[in-house]
Amino acid sequence: MSAVDTWVSAFHAGSAVQPGAGLPWLATLRREALYRFADEGWPTRRHPRWQHTSLAFMDQQDFAANTVAPDAAAALARLRGDDAGHWLAFVGGRFHAGLSDIGALPAGVQLTSLADALDQHPEAVQAAFGSATDGDSPAALNLALATEGAWLRLPRGVALDAPVHLVFIAGATDASQHLRNLIVAEANSEATIVEHYLGEGDATTLTTATTRLQVDADARITHIKLQQEAEPAIHLANIDAVQARGAHFASHSLSFGARLARNDIHTRFDGEGCDTLLNGLYHLDGRRHVDHHTSINHAQPRGSSREFYRGLLDGNSRGVFTGRIIVAKDAQRSDAMQRCDNLLLSRQAEADARPELEIYADDVKCAHGATVGQMDEDSLFYLRTRGLDDAHARRVLTYAFAAEAIDRIELLPLRKQARAALMARLPGGELLEELL
Amino acid sequence: MLDIKNLKASVEGKDILKGLDLQVKAGEVHAIMGPNGSGKSTLSQVLAGRDTFQVDGGSVTWDGQDLLAMPIEERARAGLFLAFQYPVEIPGVSNAYFLKAAVNAIRKHRGLPEFDAMDFLTRVKAEMKAVGMKEEFLYRAVNEGFSGGEKKRNEVLQMALLEPRLAILDETDSGLDIDALKVVADGVNRLRSPDRALIVITHYQRLLDYIVPDHVHVLSHGRIVRSGGRELALELEEKGYGWIGDAGQVHAAPPAAGGAQ
Repeated sequence: MSAVDTWVSAFHAGSAVQPGAGLPWLATLRREALYRFADEGWPTRRHPRWQHTSLAFMDQQDFAANTVAPDAAAALARLRGDDAGHWLAFVGGRFHAGLSDIGALPAGVQLTSLADALDQHPEAVQAAFGSATDGDSPAALNLALATEGAWLRLPRGVALDAPVHLVFIAGATDASQHLRNLIVAEANSEATIVEHYLGEGDATTLTTATTRLQVDADARITHIKLQQEAEPAIHLANIDAVQARGAHFASHSLSFGARLARNDIHTRFDGEGCDTLLNGLYHLDGRRHVDHHTSINHAQPRGSSREFYRGLLDGNSRGVFTGRIIVAKDAQRSDAMQRCDNLLLSRQAEADARPELEIYADDVKCAHGATVGQMDEDSLFYLRTRGLDDAHARRVLTYAFAAEAIDRIELLPLRKQARAALMARLPGGELLEELL
Repeated sequence: MLDIKNLKASVEGKDILKGLDLQVKAGEVHAIMGPNGSGKSTLSQVLAGRDTFQVDGGSVTWDGQDLLAMPIEERARAGLFLAFQYPVEIPGVSNAYFLKAAVNAIRKHRGLPEFDAMDFLTRVKAEMKAVGMKEEFLYRAVNEGFSGGEKKRNEVLQMALLEPRLAILDETDSGLDIDALKVVADGVNRLRSPDRALIVITHYQRLLDYIVPDHVHVLSHGRIVRSGGRELALELEEKGYGWIGDAGQVHAAPPAAGGAQ
């Protein structure tokens, strides 16, 4: 039995008990998605969007549908500290009501697990769910198998003061989890959503995750993803946003964990005067691999996009960035800027940065640049002349390189959380604690 | 304290220091003057340990130890300080962190207790006031977006905090207006003490009106060609560099770019 067949069997075994199994539209959608995945299989380097990241090895990987849950309470407590906020916890792909603390919400805001949302507002969920043709084959597998995730609906004009935290704690070894988060932000609403992906010790797990965001006119949505899964984990994610007139969308993708992580991040300007920020940071060592495949579709005029990705690459790791920017024929006065900068911390590490610009309008500002470099010798020398030893100086400069990405996160508590996650990864992070 | 004998150094095969001798004793202030390209900055960088320069001969002895064999940070911890001509900008690292890390690295080496946050802030704020720096500079990234004068003040601030035994000021006066120059000179003069020495590298005699040297040396083509007292600086001011030493060479144009670094 090939691995693809394994997933088909898993689907049939689970389809009757998946949340929303009683909804005909959803059963059909899941089946279509499964057939698509079975037909296409895992992407390999022959696929134009997967030239640097093959998932062919997934054919040799077996993941159980679900296994023993790890000690999620401790992990969550460490992460949360004394933050009030709105917290939803998912353990091994299941919503965990006992660990969640949704807190008080303004009138009309819906913040629930996806399963509850399918019970309570199936039509609204259907409209936001997505289709079997979205993304590449891993996204189709996610659609077929996704059992849980979060549902957030912000009514017109409502702003959430505190961020929404979604915490996904992977199961024990060989577990897989398939998550789908749906966010509908009506006109003029405002919120920050943080997705945390955690895993335990040396668990080899598979996560597929899709987050879909509908950002209506003049709404302001900030999405932060902090991926800190266990080192052997496989993490395959899609973030899909659609922005209406004047909408603001910011995405921060911080990728620190997993053996292989792929993030497909897309946004489309469906109305005039949208703006977006795609900010990313990855830190890799060993033989780990991370691939960010981003696209910004300036489909309407007067949109502005800013994209900044930074990579810290150590050991034999490889960081891949693709930044596609499409400016449609009528999208005049679009303004796009993209940068990808990589710091190589070893001779064996490898960085690929690929801008892909497709510009069909003529009145457009579009700039892009990419760098791959080593530690700056002048800065190292300067720090050492002040008494810092070589290792300390290198840590400071490594941190400083990454800090530029983290400092784009506007909310200070979240910036601190992101800094702490980075420090935990950097060797000798304790020397740098006072930078927090 | 510092004994430089027949020091020769080159960069990318180009000889810059061609047999330099200099002795500095505790409590002394030495000024090194010379035209662009004479090797002034190379001397300071070699003493601080920059490895882009190759030492081709000679010796530098620091309190009986071979200075050239010491790693950069060991030199700093032993009390050598270089105020950079072009201080480096380090985005992403706050000046406060940088200063505290430096002070504590050196205190630790000297067997002193490390400063905690409160002690450090009290100390650094007092020193900042003395060099005319606003407190906001603590929370800005190291030298990032600082004006030329602000960078130089930050160098003098570091010097005051690190309490070196030998401080080398590499063209600290360049790019400063007269008020900034006085502030910087005050900062330097406060450090003068019988157990501390200073080497002031400058192109112009102006700084020496405020930091009065005990000895003045003229560097030309990688060698000290004249040494004297303070009056030598005034003489240079009056006559320029053209009349110095091995006449045949010094009348020629100074060596092209590269020499000054």
